[in-house]
Amino acid sequence: MSHTTTLPLAKAINTALRDELAADEKTLLIGEDIGALGGVFRVTDGLQAEFGEHRVIDSPLAESGIIGTCIGMAMRGYRPVAEIQFDGFVFPGYNQITTQLAKIHNRTDGAITVPVTIRIPYGGHIGSIEHHSESPEALFAHTAGLRIITPSSPQDAYWMTRQAIVSNDPVIIFEPKRRYWLKGEVDTANPAPDAFTAQVLRQGSDATLATYGPLVPVALAAAEVASTEGRSIEVIDVRSISPLDDETIARSAAKTRRLVVAHEAPTFGGFGAEIAARVTERAYHRLAAPVLRVGGFHMPYPPSAQEGRYLPDIDRMLEAVERSFVYERSTAG
Amino acid sequence: MEDAATERVQLLAEDGTLSTHELYSRHLEGLDDAGFRALYRHMALERRFDAEATSLQRQGQLALWAPALGQEATQVGTIAALKSTDRVFPTYREHAMALYRGISPEELIVLFRAAAHTGWDPNTYNFNSYAIVLASQTLHATGWAMGIQQDLRSGTLPRDKAEDEIVLACLGDGASSQGDVHESMVFAASYRLPMLYFIQNNHWAISVPSSTQSRAPLAHRAAGYGFEGVRVDGNDVLASYAVAAEMAEQIRSGAGPKLIESVTYRLGAHTTADDPTKYRSAEEVASWEARDPLHRYRQWLTSEGKADEGFFDEVDAEAKDVAADLRRAVAEIEPIDIERVFDTVYTEPHRQVEADRAWLKDYEAGFAEDDDAEEAASS
Repeated sequence: MSHTTTLPLAKAINTALRDELAADEKTLLIGEDIGALGGVFRVTDGLQAEFGEHRVIDSPLAESGIIGTCIGMAMRGYRPVAEIQFDGFVFPGYNQITTQLAKIHNRTDGAITVPVTIRIPYGGHIGSIEHHSESPEALFAHTAGLRIITPSSPQDAYWMTRQAIVSNDPVIIFEPKRRYWLKGEVDTANPAPDAFTAQVLRQGSDATLATYGPLVPVALAAAEVASTEGRSIEVIDVRSISPLDDETIARSAAKTRRLVVAHEAPTFGGFGAEIAARVTERAYHRLAAPVLRVGGFHMPYPPSAQEGRYLPDIDRMLEAVERSFVYERSTAG
Repeated sequence: MEDAATERVQLLAEDGTLSTHELYSRHLEGLDDAGFRALYRHMALERRFDAEATSLQRQGQLALWAPALGQEATQVGTIAALKSTDRVFPTYREHAMALYRGISPEELIVLFRAAAHTGWDPNTYNFNSYAIVLASQTLHATGWAMGIQQDLRSGTLPRDKAEDEIVLACLGDGASSQGDVHESMVFAASYRLPMLYFIQNNHWAISVPSSTQSRAPLAHRAAGYGFEGVRVDGNDVLASYAVAAEMAEQIRSGAGPKLIESVTYRLGAHTTADDPTKYRSAEEVASWEARDPLHRYRQWLTSEGKADEGFFDEVDAEAKDVAADLRRAVAEIEPIDIERVFDTVYTEPHRQVEADRAWLKDYEAGFAEDDDAEEAASS
């Protein structure tokens, strides 16, 4: 019997949630509108009907309450999976995530584990209004105690979600909401690579383009365009923000001698800076140019009528790749 | 909001006379003389422990201490009315409750010596870690109560749990202003959770009076969520016990959440880092000293013949031992090693934690080599 089906990314997550609910009765889902409605993106569609309103729980409209009660349930042996409706709405729960969830295992000298998974649809390009298009991953990456992952394909979405739920650490999954409808093959019998590693998606020799989540298909397309122009670009899907698989990225950068990091979040204080610093420390003598970053601007996410100029696209990624070559020429003499 | 004008349940008056209450007094029938004496003993031992901790901080042995002086009756009365299977989610001032549950002086004091973040395993005593970001614990309590409900529904009650378990969520008048308390109460009411909110209104949130937190009695807030709130004289250990027992009984029988506002007074400083003379009058403090919870109860125990001088002498002697034990324990506390801190950031290895751990090890090994070289050179 084949275990491979073609699914949209959202449906792959839905399947992962269903399989974990079926595998462990201690697994629970909680969030706003996740029951009868199936979530605003229908990621939990049909799960309440299948598992009951006590395992797929519609919560009051209160994000701190969602996270805080997940912590209490986890302390008692449950494995709650919280849905935050949109990236911009996680902040009422930020205190519980950073001062409590991330620290309880450490605070109790390991006596208590809090295996809470938090699913957050993130990123732009959906033409929405304020607070519905943000990329706050760097704000969480700085907090020790959290694991943070972001899948970019249906196969990764299925397996990384399952790996997050069974992890005994708190895990935040940033789901690239503009890719919810992206279709791909999902093999439910053969696991994707470890959720906490980076993966080289395309081999190349001239430059490395590292990105994650919603920009992975953009980077692959950029590499394709570059190849027609004679540039061989290696593409890395970072996949895990914390831990960061800096070794895989640095190995690639040492090979191609150029690295461009792209994300939707603003570059200032963004996660790309962390990647740039770590790769520079590891591969300084191999690099032909500084690590360059492509990302959002230092502004609140703009009205989506302007998001086309704000979000990195193929051209901006390739512009940065070209800049890394110019850099070498301008300093070579 | 004047306390005098507000109704509150009192059984034992300031002058040591006991009155009866149609709803609550029956719970005192469950206590024999030894039980009544035990309440006093727990209060007195905590008071001595508290005084010793305050002086240890003054002597530089503790980083900080948050005295519970004046709040012994409300804490002991309330926890004595619960079962050991009821989970407690404390703030950072529930010392009498912690000691009552069997947490040792050493385990309790470790946090205040900044030697570790928590000195006890919450599961051993069914008593959570102290919460320093106030009100965060009320949501954890709610989640725990949701877990109880899940356990009962699925019929997979953990071995060490009871079917009639309830949760005690502690907070103070200051934390009552936090949004997490509101969210906690919304969830508790919506899911009809077995929770008892226990607000110790000690009148001061550091330097800010309770009137800045609320213009109505905090107990009244419960009505807005659709559950019952009761005000009790927190300096009356018998009322504290009886009201908590009544509330717990009703919650166990499926009544959903309840709230107790205990009207008490923080006779000491907020912590050893503050100076209460800057924000409250000596007259106010004196008026509450006159309502001392131990004094009142001792009078009653004596006049009722439930305890004699021999008993009080024994408690005094035991309290001296508690103080000596605490002093000895503090001197012997070994701070947690940073290796152990690295170990518990995650349950499984994390690349960046391991990199930092390795870096520190190499860095410090470099000093050891320098020391060795110096030693070799000087010998």
